[in-house]
Amino acid sequence: MIKKFYFFKRKSSKDIAKDRLKILLISDRINCSPKTLSMIKTDVIKAISKYVNIDEQHTEIVLKKNNKRGNNKRPTLYANIPILDIHE
Amino acid sequence: MCEVIVITSGKGGVGKTTTTANLGSGLAALGKKVVMIDTDIGLRNLDVVMGLENRIVYNLVDVVEGTCRIKQALIRDKRYPGLYLLPSAQTRDKSAVNEHQMVKLVENLRPQFDYVLLDCPAGIEQGFKNAVVGADRAIIVTTPEVSAIRDADRIIGLLEANEMKQTELVLNRVRLDLVKRGEMMSPTDVVDILGIPLLGIIPDDEQVVISTNQGDPLVETMSMAGRAYRNISLRITGEEVPMELTGAVSFWTKVTGIFLKN
Repeated sequence: MIKKFYFFKRKSSKDIAKDRLKILLISDRINCSPKTLSMIKTDVIKAISKYVNIDEQHTEIVLKKNNKRGNNKRPTLYANIPILDIHE
Repeated sequence: MCEVIVITSGKGGVGKTTTTANLGSGLAALGKKVVMIDTDIGLRNLDVVMGLENRIVYNLVDVVEGTCRIKQALIRDKRYPGLYLLPSAQTRDKSAVNEHQMVKLVENLRPQFDYVLLDCPAGIEQGFKNAVVGADRAIIVTTPEVSAIRDADRIIGLLEANEMKQTELVLNRVRLDLVKRGEMMSPTDVVDILGIPLLGIIPDDEQVVISTNQGDPLVETMSMAGRAYRNISLRITGEEVPMELTGAVSFWTKVTGIFLKN
């Protein structure tokens, strides 16, 4: 039963392609390597952890291209950081 | 009002020339006056796809250098009365023409046509710059593959930097059976990644090979790809045509599809 479930959960090649592209395009768009991005991520988490307890597992820090035409076409850093509690 | 549209992709072999030939034919079939310009100097192909290779006397470089008048170099299509081709030169290279000359050429053609379609060469060098500079609107052709999408993204970035007013996507060689099985990115996936509006979906169709062999446009055939190109032509003129994804799906894919809802 578990085996069968696992078979259906196999990551499709389309999802692999999408994931690869997402990482690839981030570095293409701003000339920033995935390594640099991961360093930014660690530093952001470190800085915020000084003040609040955060849920590192569910922290999301990603670079996105702003698709809206007009004023802001630059890539933007989005951070989604769930706070567990605030240090007093 | 004339509209100048560049058909580009970044990567080679994704179907720019086929798309140019079929959109040119599709628009001409709708009664529009259309000229297609092959800007791939040194590697001309639009003439063979259109089946007009035996009629070339003068080419793009001759026009730009003033060896002949524009009218002398334009080849009238054998099927559609309103369709013309300005072929590229085979014995020269991309540096034979500059951006300023291309703008001048396009501006000279504007008053006489409803649509000017520019078939862009692969790459991002001089040939690309020449093709893009005079255009009002861009059509990006890509296939649902990592390499083609990556290059398309680069091109979109360059067009944005050039302040292209309108950039739309044509997704070529889509196989419905693979999409259903989750083994090929769907049009929605590609649009999500590239972030530009979808103009059309072309299914992977053997008729493309057959028609190209014969030097005939697909738009006259009853094939899936021909239908897709007809729909795109209508959308270019501003008509609303619902987006459809067609293709053969095997019985087995249909059966497994029930279990593999994605």
